[in-house]
Amino acid sequence: MRFGAALAIAGAVLGVPAWGAPARVVSLNVCTDQLAHLLAAPGQLISVSALAHDPRSSAYADALADIPANGGGAEEVVLLEPDLILAGTFTTRATVEMLEGLGHEVALFPPVTSLSQVTEHMARMGALLGREDAARNLIAAFEAGLDRTPPLPDGPRTLLYYPMGSTAGRGTLADALMEAAGLTNIAAEMGLSYGTLQLEQAVLAAPDLILTPAPYARPTRATDLPGHPALRAVAPLRRIEAGAAWSCETPALLQAIADLRALAEDAR
Amino acid sequence: MSALTLRGLTVRRGACPVVDAVDLSVAPGEVVGLLGPNGAGKTTLMRGALGLIAADGVSSLAALPPRARARAAAWLPQNREIAWGLSVADLVALGRLPHGRGGTPADRAAIQGALAAMRLETFASRRATALSGGEQARVLIARALAQEAPLLMADEPIAGLDPAAQIATLELFAQLARDRRAVLTSLHDLNLAARHCTRLVLLDKGRKVADGAPRDVLSKTNLASVFRLDAALIETDAGLVIDPRGVLA
Amino acid sequence: MMRAVTLAALSALVVLMIGASLLVGYAPLRPGPALAALFGQGDPLTVIVMQDIRLPRACLAAVVGAALGMSGAAMQGLLRNPLAEPGLIGVSGSAALGAVIALQTGLAGAFALALPLTALVFAAGAVALLLLLAGSRGGSLTLILAGIAVSALAGALTSLVLNLSPNPYAAAEVVFWLLGSVADRSMEHVSLAAPLILAGLAVLALTARGLDALTLGEDAAEALGVSMARLRLQVLVGTAAAVGAATAVAGAIGFVGLVVPHLLRPLMRARPGALLAASALGGAAMVLAADLAVRLILPDRDLKLGVVMALIGAPLFLHLIFRTRKELA
Repeated sequence: MRFGAALAIAGAVLGVPAWGAPARVVSLNVCTDQLAHLLAAPGQLISVSALAHDPRSSAYADALADIPANGGGAEEVVLLEPDLILAGTFTTRATVEMLEGLGHEVALFPPVTSLSQVTEHMARMGALLGREDAARNLIAAFEAGLDRTPPLPDGPRTLLYYPMGSTAGRGTLADALMEAAGLTNIAAEMGLSYGTLQLEQAVLAAPDLILTPAPYARPTRATDLPGHPALRAVAPLRRIEAGAAWSCETPALLQAIADLRALAEDAR
Repeated sequence: MSALTLRGLTVRRGACPVVDAVDLSVAPGEVVGLLGPNGAGKTTLMRGALGLIAADGVSSLAALPPRARARAAAWLPQNREIAWGLSVADLVALGRLPHGRGGTPADRAAIQGALAAMRLETFASRRATALSGGEQARVLIARALAQEAPLLMADEPIAGLDPAAQIATLELFAQLARDRRAVLTSLHDLNLAARHCTRLVLLDKGRKVADGAPRDVLSKTNLASVFRLDAALIETDAGLVIDPRGVLA
Repeated sequence: MMRAVTLAALSALVVLMIGASLLVGYAPLRPGPALAALFGQGDPLTVIVMQDIRLPRACLAAVVGAALGMSGAAMQGLLRNPLAEPGLIGVSGSAALGAVIALQTGLAGAFALALPLTALVFAAGAVALLLLLAGSRGGSLTLILAGIAVSALAGALTSLVLNLSPNPYAAAEVVFWLLGSVADRSMEHVSLAAPLILAGLAVLALTARGLDALTLGEDAAEALGVSMARLRLQVLVGTAAAVGAATAVAGAIGFVGLVVPHLLRPLMRARPGALLAASALGGAAMVLAADLAVRLILPDRDLKLGVVMALIGAPLFLHLIFRTRKELA
């Protein structure tokens, strides 16, 4: 037992998986890609999803560039002879069912909707990969990061406004991040979860600050709603990078919180 | 001054002349009947004279600007087209378009006169498209009359009309001529042409082959060479009667 | 007389609809403060809602409706066919393609009018192609088949251009351009489209006498002093400007140009010239009404204007085809 623990510690230090840990891990989801990358021993994660290489979706696109991408098809994944497959609960359902049917071990991760879920996922990923110590370190660093940037007291009432009028309220990761930064989320205040807010309602909610994702190249009619002059007349409008850093359970979330705090202080 | 003067009017379809160097003059007080077998170029001659198709030679009408031409000559095409369900009165009022914005007492008088001339007063508020073919033809003639142009050019205006309406229409043309207006009309009925026209013009393969009094134009030789008809010419107390008896080889 | 009464009634209807459009919205505003806010009085947020959101929406619905209604009446008059309609025969779809190309190539940013002008050029191309295919007297079958081909091609190319763009909302964009909407437009859109639309309507208004004369056929119209070449050019340019500019800011809204002239024709005693002005007013009232329906029927869904118009228009279209099926056979 002691020997095993010692081996595990040695493995963690040396960057090799513990005994019994999966040697060939394949990930099919951009969030499990990043989390596995942060915790895996070198060579343990052998394939990631194509989105992992796209800096718009992945905060660690550069670091993941060396790991080959898979197209997410069952056939391709089987040929990789994985010991463990990581996937999201909402995506690649059919592939996952087929892989399970073929006897592969598939671990499913739901999208995170709160900061406590972030650390839970980090611990669970550590356990799956046999990298508990790495996970403990990651969690400690993440929590220390949160402690270093406490919520802004008395932050602005903020409207998060996406193209086509959608917003994110209670029970969403975006709301959790805003809370961590000290911003009051108008959508949560209104009792919305994921939902749409008509332009008129958005204006009458009298936000102090409006946050909207940076526009994609060449937006056209359907998606230029956040650019409407009525919004600009109500409150300062800030473009945010709501893609990579905002969506997955990685320390990049700390950057998102810090960015939010900076925007809120700037808007005062 | 003549209502229409053509000198050397030629219309080509490709290289082939469909109307070939026709000279023609129509004066006020005349009803000129344009005769000829199918394909002789009657319709093309009139359209060329109006400037509706490109033509060589001289036409006093085609030389005019469009609005002035529309006041100088009314045109009644052979295909009786009425696209929308206008009332008879509104349709006849279209004849007043070349005269300005409409609605003047002169316009109303012209429309009423035209309706009366074609005995259409009781039809004034009916939808033109709901009328019979013959009635529609009368409405379209009334439209051309309402234009009150010195010259009326009509392409087979009596085709498809009942005998009484045919005669009434040609009598109306004669009345127009007595009012010092001019009529140029293509016809297929040789007897009606002989009786109601003051002058006939005979076309054959695009060329004018005869021009003069009905009695001179409708000679046995012309009927034979142009229409390939073996016809007897019978003098009656009501005038000349042409009795076609057979087709020549 | 009847004509003046009808036009006055239609004008009153448009004013009424604009009023309703200003007073009905997603936020419950009381009429008194809402109207005061329209003139800049009262709560600043209400002022923003009235002046920056509801006013441009109402203005745009009115001018877009006028453009589509009058263009439909003009094309029907020219082709002497009640089925000619900018949306059905692909003019709107082509304009949408032009607008999407202008936006995706960045041309729209080159100068202010680049977007509506590109849409205009594409719309003009579609009208010219249809006049060519449908011939001097647009037979219903040729017209509709040509229209289907042009619409399908324009719709497919619009979808292709949007699918090729890096935009993750491509599907929503395609829906917008193919169905149309005046929701959440701003005064910038109004000032972009309205001048071109009004210019197009002015050109179409010049065709009234010619279209009246055309009731008798091309030969008779020409002999009545109407230049057919100029009439065709006027309808082409006027329709392209009006539909092109309208589509550039509101997407392709179908059936307005079919339904409105059809409903108003009996009131205008079937005269194609008189129908032009009436259809402009009727089109404005119809699009304003449809946009009200969008807000009242499913206020929490992004119901597209084009869907409501198609629900009204498609059955009428079938009815018209049923009536003209002898000609189609």
